[in-house]
Amino acid sequence: MTAHSANQGVAEGFWLTRQYNRLTLRQRRTLMGYVFIAPFILGFLLWWLGPAAVAGYLTFHKWNFLAAPKFVGMANFSKMIGDPILAQSLKVTIVFSVISVPLGLVFAFFLANLINAKFRFIAIFRTIYFLPSIVPAVANAILWAWLFNTEFGLINFVIRAFGGPKIGWLQDPNWVMLAFVILTVWGVGGSMIIFLAGLQGIPQIFYEAAEIDGAGRWQRMLYVTLPMMSPIIFFNLVIGFINSFQVFVSALLITNGGPQRATLFLVLHIWRTAFSSQKMGYAAVLSWLLFAILLVLSFFVFRYIGSRVYYENPGD
Amino acid sequence: MGFSEKPADYVESRRRPKSYGDIFFHWLTVFLLVFFAVVMITPFIWLLSSSLKTQINIFQYPPQLIPDPIVPENYVYALTYKPFGTYFRNTILVAGLNVIAVVFTSSFCAYGFARMRFPGRDFWFGIVMATLFLPYAVLLVPSFIVFSRLGWVDTFLPLVVPPFFGGGAFNIFLMRQFFRTIPEEIADAARIDGCSEFGVYWRIILPLSKPALITIGIFTFLFAWNDLIGPITYLRSPDNFTIAVGLASFRSQTDIHWDLQLAASTAVTLPVIALFFLAQRYFIQGVVMTGLKG
Repeated sequence: MTAHSANQGVAEGFWLTRQYNRLTLRQRRTLMGYVFIAPFILGFLLWWLGPAAVAGYLTFHKWNFLAAPKFVGMANFSKMIGDPILAQSLKVTIVFSVISVPLGLVFAFFLANLINAKFRFIAIFRTIYFLPSIVPAVANAILWAWLFNTEFGLINFVIRAFGGPKIGWLQDPNWVMLAFVILTVWGVGGSMIIFLAGLQGIPQIFYEAAEIDGAGRWQRMLYVTLPMMSPIIFFNLVIGFINSFQVFVSALLITNGGPQRATLFLVLHIWRTAFSSQKMGYAAVLSWLLFAILLVLSFFVFRYIGSRVYYENPGD
Repeated sequence: MGFSEKPADYVESRRRPKSYGDIFFHWLTVFLLVFFAVVMITPFIWLLSSSLKTQINIFQYPPQLIPDPIVPENYVYALTYKPFGTYFRNTILVAGLNVIAVVFTSSFCAYGFARMRFPGRDFWFGIVMATLFLPYAVLLVPSFIVFSRLGWVDTFLPLVVPPFFGGGAFNIFLMRQFFRTIPEEIADAARIDGCSEFGVYWRIILPLSKPALITIGIFTFLFAWNDLIGPITYLRSPDNFTIAVGLASFRSQTDIHWDLQLAASTAVTLPVIALFFLAQRYFIQGVVMTGLKG
């Protein structure tokens, strides 16, 4: 760097300082605010809007990743409508979501009430109930593949010990969905802890008041606990739905989408379309489809369930 | 709030004398607690027990609960069959960079959202919340195309660079909620003493936010340790695999070697459980903070 340009740099530094000093307090605050959130804005443009634009472009193209993308108009969309594999994949994902989310929610709520009891060793139980939810996904998939093993798995061993039949959990398309629901429900520890914190946040005084009014155990649950918990139930419901649309690791590693595509969850289908079949354009369309589904779903959840939630301090 | 909380049973005993219903309910609760504890813990015991069996004993019906003989060598075979040392190093590198990125940039952005007032702030925070509800899977394919154009496929860059831009909506949200609980007077005092806005962030707010920073640090580390879909999409050569990808490819190559697969799975799970016991408080805090302060 020459002395000349170095001087210029210093001069520019001064120029910037002068400009900054010229700003009003309000303008300075705005500037500083944007400096602070700049990483997010940049990241949003680079890693969200950029890819979204790419996906938008690709929806009208056919691209196998090697040759140049070829314009195909609406072909990717019309292909989507008559695609039986996509229909199967949507069916699997929606059925799983509709069964596992409410079941997981009820089970987590039930467990949270159990571990909200006051016993000396309750901390141990809380830990045990939470542990399944921190097992790494890949290890979890291997563990459950082994538990559900038809011949030597523990689950069939217990069922047969009670005189039940040998179930082909991972081979029979009719049973495999239940297997996935079971392994999902086993890992509800996260929402359970959120419920537990909510339960502990309910002022004891409400229960005492209800008891004085003659409310029994069941009525206290129905008229104190449930209304007070409704924002948290709602939160866990939304998170549960979003997660249920993202099943990937267990579907890939336990069954690889089978048997007979009975566990071809949408994300797995998109992933395979892109990286096994190299159909990037069609995969982009499917990504948009997933986005649209989640958008519509969130809209309905917020519109019809969100409006029934009781907030103690609205707008806080 | 943590698991180690003292039981407050004296509050209970202050109430009216116990009826038969109460006693019944008490024992029902105890029964259910123990029953579900057994249900929750059995898969772990089964995992541990199977991982210590010989190849012959593992395919035995009825299964042995306590393996005979116990074969700890399974762990040695499993962890040397594939270069798990390399996977471990890669994972630590990715996870470490992610933690650094998230701790600093998410708190930096969150500071702007939580403690400054400027036009457009709520709009941008709305975008943060929108990205929070939009899962990673939606962007998987388009991001891959962007990263492959940048020539980043089969490097760690797609896994470690994006977190430096804001550190993820979830973490910004969490830090913002935490920052809002710190009284503004402390920051004002620093400003009167001539501290710049960066100074307030760096010297006042960050040191006061250690618990929240540790919480998001741990969650970020766990996410990087467990994540499969990102690494399996971007990493191609085995030298670059993370533990999750290594374990997944180990499974596809050792189809019937359940003993080794389960030993490797146990070995991968143990650090996470150890981390949980070391930092229980922060785990619970993290889960609770995401759920309750909406």
